[in-house]
Amino acid sequence: MSAGSLTILVIDENRIRASIIEAGLRDAGHRHVTVVHDVAGIARRIAELEPDVIVIDLENPNRDMLENMFQLSRAVKRPIAMFVDRSDQASIEAAVDAGVSAYVVDGLKKERIKPILDMAISRFNAFSRMARELEEARSELESRKVVDRAKGILMKSRGLSEEAAYALLRKTAMNQNRKIAEIAQSLVTAAGLLGPLEGE
Amino acid sequence: MSTTAAHQVTAGFMPLFDSAVLVAAGEMGFAAREGIALKLHRETSWANIRDRIAIGHFDVAHMLGPMPLACSLGLTPLASETIVPFSLGLGGNCVTVSNAIWEGMAAHGAVPDLDPARAGAALGALIRERTAAGREPLRFAVVHPHSGHNYELRYWLAACGIDPDRDIEIVIVPPPFMTDALAAGRIDGYCVGEPWNSAAVAAGTGRIVTVKALLWRNSPEKVIGARRAWAEENPETLAALLRALHHSARWCQNPANRSELAALMARPDFLGQPEAIQMPILTGQLQLGAGEARNIEDFFLPFDKAANFPWKSHALWFYTQMVRWGQLPHTPQNLAIARDCYRPDLYRSALKPLGVALPGANAKVEGALKVATPVGSAGASLVLGPDGFFDGQIFDPDRIDAYIAGQKRA
Repeated sequence: MSAGSLTILVIDENRIRASIIEAGLRDAGHRHVTVVHDVAGIARRIAELEPDVIVIDLENPNRDMLENMFQLSRAVKRPIAMFVDRSDQASIEAAVDAGVSAYVVDGLKKERIKPILDMAISRFNAFSRMARELEEARSELESRKVVDRAKGILMKSRGLSEEAAYALLRKTAMNQNRKIAEIAQSLVTAAGLLGPLEGE
Repeated sequence: MSTTAAHQVTAGFMPLFDSAVLVAAGEMGFAAREGIALKLHRETSWANIRDRIAIGHFDVAHMLGPMPLACSLGLTPLASETIVPFSLGLGGNCVTVSNAIWEGMAAHGAVPDLDPARAGAALGALIRERTAAGREPLRFAVVHPHSGHNYELRYWLAACGIDPDRDIEIVIVPPPFMTDALAAGRIDGYCVGEPWNSAAVAAGTGRIVTVKALLWRNSPEKVIGARRAWAEENPETLAALLRALHHSARWCQNPANRSELAALMARPDFLGQPEAIQMPILTGQLQLGAGEARNIEDFFLPFDKAANFPWKSHALWFYTQMVRWGQLPHTPQNLAIARDCYRPDLYRSALKPLGVALPGANAKVEGALKVATPVGSAGASLVLGPDGFFDGQIFDPDRIDAYIAGQKRA
């Protein structure tokens, strides 16, 4: 059987991440991939699709409901177990670290599932990295803005050049063992409290 | 300033009020005083807590009382041996139904007095009426198949002549979604811990019909589950943690600290729910809906009545219910695992140096104490019970076979 013959259901509330996983599965030759973002009515979807593999994100608060359904529900014609092999502690840890888990129908060979889980793990990690970098870029931009405002306050109130204002911020930060952005934020806050120093 | 802590402990918890003893141990300085740097991680599902305990992300966690049993008995994926050295409290749950179901129950004699027998009889009559009319079975929700909620809801229904598998449907819904699911009509009722019952009453979408404290007074709920391997490798850390939890529990029980505790639990990093809605569990003064209110004795005990003692009889009662509802077969091997899961020996040895009241026995006959009873214990005085089941039944952990046989379905 080729990779494409497996039916895979991806349950992820994060649409961007879900589409990244979906693309990965399709690149790997899987043709029967369904993505759902909302677990409402999930029992019926599972009954219709009869998935061989279900990939879900660990942040999903409905995991307990889903696991119970996999074990008991009439909607699930074939028993579905968590993809766990005690001999493969490393991939369990990698999956939990990445924030993803896979459930598979009984009897499906480990070798057929492993590539799917590995792909999901690497894409989840890539997504987290991307989200982190985005967050860093955003806070970097925020810091730059606040440093600019602090420089402006110093230039105006102490008659400094832009360069001297920045040097003063940096020196203060070094002396207090804090970040320039923190010093700048304190200055902006203090200036706000002390009145119309900014000329607003 | 703080010195480097001697012990590092990472603990998982779910956003439920009965994580309070663990949360306060970290946030109110009790852990630090025992030399523990306690890192708290909020989780989104019990499955995540189980996974992270199993792979070692967490050393200990806030767990449903039956969950460590289920882990140790291999009832769950990623099963890992988990022990219970400390219980986080007694009681705290309610059964809540939709306004429509309440009206139907009231038509069959239910009154807002929380009496389990009367409410159960009314619900049974309503169910029979609906069945006769060819209507869909009612759907109730609990938080997890291996939970006190599932077992107490089933115990109540069965004792009132309702078969929880045939006469109704029981589904799993995460606690924070219960009120929405009820309001949207996806479920007709649920059994869950606070504040998720009071939340439905406050929203005007649900009525509290009975409470855990009346179904089985002073009965077990959440526990501290610890990975057995971790506990065995770190006995001193575990003992220090148990002492910190003990001091925290005492603080949580003190009425003088109620508003501070409610404010702590209301914080966005813990429950993220208004302070006012944290109060009913602390005072036992419950709004039932439509202006009705009741004051429940021993509604939730984080400390009193030996609430933190991990009674083997509590674990064994959970075991009998797992057997009763077909979750596992009753075998000598399974029984032995269930018997070894709760660890009063670890609790006792950790707390002995404090000179506090400790029960002398590891198990007790549940349901035998009709009134609050001082018991002989090492050190200071200790009061237990009452601990009755609402139907007057008694669970004797020395007569498990007879108890299981007596609960077999006809």
